[in-house]
Amino acid sequence: MEAKEQYKTKNLDHLSKETIDGEIATINFGPTHPATHGIFQNILQVDGEKIISSEQTVGYIHRAFEKLAERRPYNQITPITDRLNYCSSPINNIGWEMTVEKLIGAEIPKRVQYMRVIIMELARIADHLICSSVTEREKIYELYEEICGARLTTNIGRIGGFERDFNETFHAKLKTFLKTFPKAFEEFNSMLERNRIFMDRTKGAGPISAERALNYSITGPNLRATGVDYDIRVMQPYSSYEDFDFIIPVGVNGDTYDRFMVRQEEIRQSLRIIEQAYNNLPEGPYKADLPEFLLPPKAEVYNQMEALIYHFKIVMGETELPVGEVYHAVEGGNGELGYYLISDGGRSPYRLQFRRPCFIYYQAYPEMIKGMTLSDAVLTLSSINVIAGELDA
Amino acid sequence: MRMNNEDILKRISDQFSSEVVSSDETYGILNIEIKADKSFEIIKWLKDDTTLQCSFLTNIAAIHYPNDKDREIAVVLHSWKNNYRLRLKVYLPINNPVIDSIVEIYNGANWMERESFDFFGVQFKGHPDLRRILNEDTMDYFPMRKEYHLEDATREDKDDRYFGRF
Repeated sequence: MEAKEQYKTKNLDHLSKETIDGEIATINFGPTHPATHGIFQNILQVDGEKIISSEQTVGYIHRAFEKLAERRPYNQITPITDRLNYCSSPINNIGWEMTVEKLIGAEIPKRVQYMRVIIMELARIADHLICSSVTEREKIYELYEEICGARLTTNIGRIGGFERDFNETFHAKLKTFLKTFPKAFEEFNSMLERNRIFMDRTKGAGPISAERALNYSITGPNLRATGVDYDIRVMQPYSSYEDFDFIIPVGVNGDTYDRFMVRQEEIRQSLRIIEQAYNNLPEGPYKADLPEFLLPPKAEVYNQMEALIYHFKIVMGETELPVGEVYHAVEGGNGELGYYLISDGGRSPYRLQFRRPCFIYYQAYPEMIKGMTLSDAVLTLSSINVIAGELDA
Repeated sequence: MRMNNEDILKRISDQFSSEVVSSDETYGILNIEIKADKSFEIIKWLKDDTTLQCSFLTNIAAIHYPNDKDREIAVVLHSWKNNYRLRLKVYLPINNPVIDSIVEIYNGANWMERESFDFFGVQFKGHPDLRRILNEDTMDYFPMRKEYHLEDATREDKDDRYFGRF
């Protein structure tokens, strides 16, 4: 009642009558907020601290990737995919390269597949670490740097393999990483995983049932936290994932704590995969025999007619692909990252659509936070790991 | 258990013989073209059927084919369960692209349909909140349609020939 008295003395012309009478407040959560990776807005209706409803506004950083892709040669689309989920761009890059390889029916050497697995799992660790330990993520970025020279928007690999093999520094750094990371990670974990305060705070925050999650087409760690063991690496293996021994961690309640625990366990499983792939890294070429996509060595360009032609065609973007329709999905950091590519035989895709897991599961957010407190909404948003780049394409 | 594409097709065409227009297989995924007016019914049946169990909607995509007679916009759906994927295609005329919304069947379709509306102007009948999602609300055209050029349409130094299309 006191609040109502206060309202009367102030100028409240900008508030609706309903708001004042019902004491329902409208709160803008975002567009910029420390819990969000990028900018997106949530308009929350709150009664006291309880959230009654919420409405999301997305599209602040829409960059028309699908339209851009229709006017670009295939190898120039890889940098676009960097900017989808920029926390794990190598997965996006490699997923795209595999889509094109699927379309042309290329045969990829085993070594390339294993190298890709190592890189993708490193990226998954980095993605899951995004809300926790900065120094350790930095070490993964250093590894990217050794492979491709870039740290965040990596443009890693090429259609058909890699432009160069892993170098000596990479080998040394990866060995150190595999030795030091688990220790640092477990030390960090011991502060949280069984911490009474942390558990009390995160358990029951922003839950979703398995049935609702499936109905919302949620994938990735957020789906697995509800207890559904759907992982594309196992269901439809790509890049030799069938060679490795790992488990899919699942949760029970689909709340913030389960999502956190699923991601933590996935980091451990990723480490297992990296160790297996690295210890059994096959000998052989680091790229497939695809001269129309992979630049020939400079020495050959100056001396051989064929190499010069290919060099020119790649640089000018004159490689034509067969007519076809491909859907290729990889297990991204946040779920099923799908590339739906339609080629009409031209030098650029006729249509390229990205199935962006963030975009699809973010629509379930109002249902997850309904009836929760405002501070739970922040936790939930952070734990479902919505990345604006992927949300808005 | 992985289901065979022929069995899937047979089961669907047994049930809806007159609605299935054509079918083919590309890269392991079965494509089925169905008639627009029965799409809701078919998708609902696919979800409820105990054999096929398409309980998961993976994706909805619109594609614009301006040169293909009156077949202008295709809505493509993937469904997943029993570890197989299935793609349903619906062709709609460009001047009246209306199709039943499937939000009732799969809640996840909500934003996917809004995206298709936003970029291609596909009208989803029965959608609870069909508004633009990524673009500005005031926009009065559908930017992913092929008639909208990425760059200035009057430029002469860049035309389709440079992209392998004659």
